[in-house]
Amino acid sequence: MRTVAVVGASLAGLSAARSLRKQGFDGRLVVIGDEPHRPYDRPPLSKEFLAGTLGEAELALETEDEDLAAEWLLGTRATGLDHTARAVRLADGREVRADGFVIATGAVARALPGSDGLAGVHTLRTLDDARALRDELARGGRLVVIGGGFIGAEVASTAYALGLDVTVVEAAATPLAGPLGATMGAVVSGLHADHGVRLLCGVGVKGLSGEHRVDAVLLEDGRSVPANIVVVGVGARPCVEWLAGSGIALDNGVKCGADGRTSLAGVVAVGDCANWYDPRAGHHRRVEHWTGARERPEAAVATLLAGGAVEPGVPRPPYFWSDQYGVRIQFAGHAGEADSVTVEAGAADDRDVLAVYRRAGRPVAVLGMNQPRLFMRVRKELAAATS
Amino acid sequence: MMIPACRLADLPRGEAFRLDTDPPVSVFHTDDGEVYAIDDTCTHQDASLADGWLEGCEVECPLHASKFDLRTGAVDSPPAKLPVRTHEVVVEDGMIYVRLSTDAPNLPPCISARLAGGPA
Ligand SMILES: Cc1cc2nc3c(=O)[nH]c(=O)nc-3n(C[C@H](O)[C@H](O)[C@H](O)COP(=O)(O)OP(=O)(O)OC[C@H]3O[C@@H](n4cnc5c(N)ncnc54)[C@H](O)[C@@H]3O)c2cc1C
Ligand code: FES
Repeated sequence: MRTVAVVGASLAGLSAARSLRKQGFDGRLVVIGDEPHRPYDRPPLSKEFLAGTLGEAELALETEDEDLAAEWLLGTRATGLDHTARAVRLADGREVRADGFVIATGAVARALPGSDGLAGVHTLRTLDDARALRDELARGGRLVVIGGGFIGAEVASTAYALGLDVTVVEAAATPLAGPLGATMGAVVSGLHADHGVRLLCGVGVKGLSGEHRVDAVLLEDGRSVPANIVVVGVGARPCVEWLAGSGIALDNGVKCGADGRTSLAGVVAVGDCANWYDPRAGHHRRVEHWTGARERPEAAVATLLAGGAVEPGVPRPPYFWSDQYGVRIQFAGHAGEADSVTVEAGAADDRDVLAVYRRAGRPVAVLGMNQPRLFMRVRKELAAATS
Repeated sequence: MMIPACRLADLPRGEAFRLDTDPPVSVFHTDDGEVYAIDDTCTHQDASLADGWLEGCEVECPLHASKFDLRTGAVDSPPAKLPVRTHEVVVEDGMIYVRLSTDAPNLPPCISARLAGGPA
């Protein structure tokens, strides 16, 4: 393999580039990214960066003396993959020919239909989004967060700490019931009420009102919640439109094997855009967490360099963290598989808890709130037990 | 400065003991029976490495999984970018002593800000 093109210059793309060099690839390495920035870390965007306690320089994912001997094409969007010609087409008309490709284009925040052009309405995915939101939050006022998922909850928590009046609107009966199950979803989202942040559940959003600037969020039950800043945190969708027509199999992102291989030879996909086969579960799963985007490129790159001739290993169970209202939330595994959840240390009411999820008595997931030590132990057991 | 930590017999292999110095320091007893001391706070964010996972001569941070080498303090994988400080360990009459390094510690931004009297 002489040239590898990595498309997407964030965590998964950078991790792939690092793995390529670490695994001995010494050919031409081209990294293409549509943002103008060098790779930066997203988790602080809803936390320390938004709060103003962490600056832009500290978001950098690369170390100061790091040199991957790569060509960086930043601020350039890939618009197509031509597998026959083995080339990536770019928006500016250029073409990058390569014999290996890593797709790492991540995900984009979903917007609220009809909110275009209304000032005060934000989504949060990129550094540019975070700069804009940080500047608005600094002026204070009433914030309504649409969506009680992790990003929405983190923004609510950060804005609360900055002194804003905060309301969270969630369409489901219990926030976070998807990733955590209903019982623990209620415990974690109880953090809002603990801090006097209003949480309106089980009601959808009909639309926004305002002339040039948003002034209220209109709910489906007829209520109207005043707002001068709105953050839409209703999830993200994989960035894969640019692959249409390439012949690659797409299904909720790029469909991949357990080692990141795609339906096209010499093409692997990693990170939030990739729907990997999970051998433990027996089906595909797209995981939108930091640790997977950081760890899985290693396996995908090994597959790429070996021309697909390696046995896929079993990846560690998915893991994520979230920081809300000063509480450290950690989760590993799959809540959806559990038939029981038990609190094994601490107390749910104190938001200091270790909960183990089991299926037929076997642990399948674990949640920790301010329990890093015990959490780590169970997480390790989980990885060992299910591999 | 030499600080008494704990008795070697009270620190089983595979375990860590945290000293309440400022910044805190942790002593690790590896499965091979070696004893090492490093700064307890991860250089990425405010996490205690004594809560981490010890494997061989490496400890994995309990929050975001960066791994630090107990012998050199070097970090092998992101998100942490800077090494932790290492401290000399002396075992005498069954007691573990730590000689604190005089190097400047690599504390995460949130803690450095707090020590400097800035926002927590
Ligand atoms: C605000 C926020 C907070 C988060 N907090 C946490 C947390 O606390 N814990 C946790 O586990 N995870 C968290 N995450 C998730 C984590 O950041 C992601 O899982 C991770 O960034 C995924 O990395 P990635 O490289 O796959 O995708 P991304 O980081 O989305 O990067 C993809 C890159 O590809 C670029 N791109 C897209 N299309 C093209 C194209 N056609 N051509 C060129 N470039 C393209 C994008 O602009 C982007 O720069 C958070 C995410 C956000 C947004
Ligand atoms: S706090 Fe240790 S790796 Fe992030």
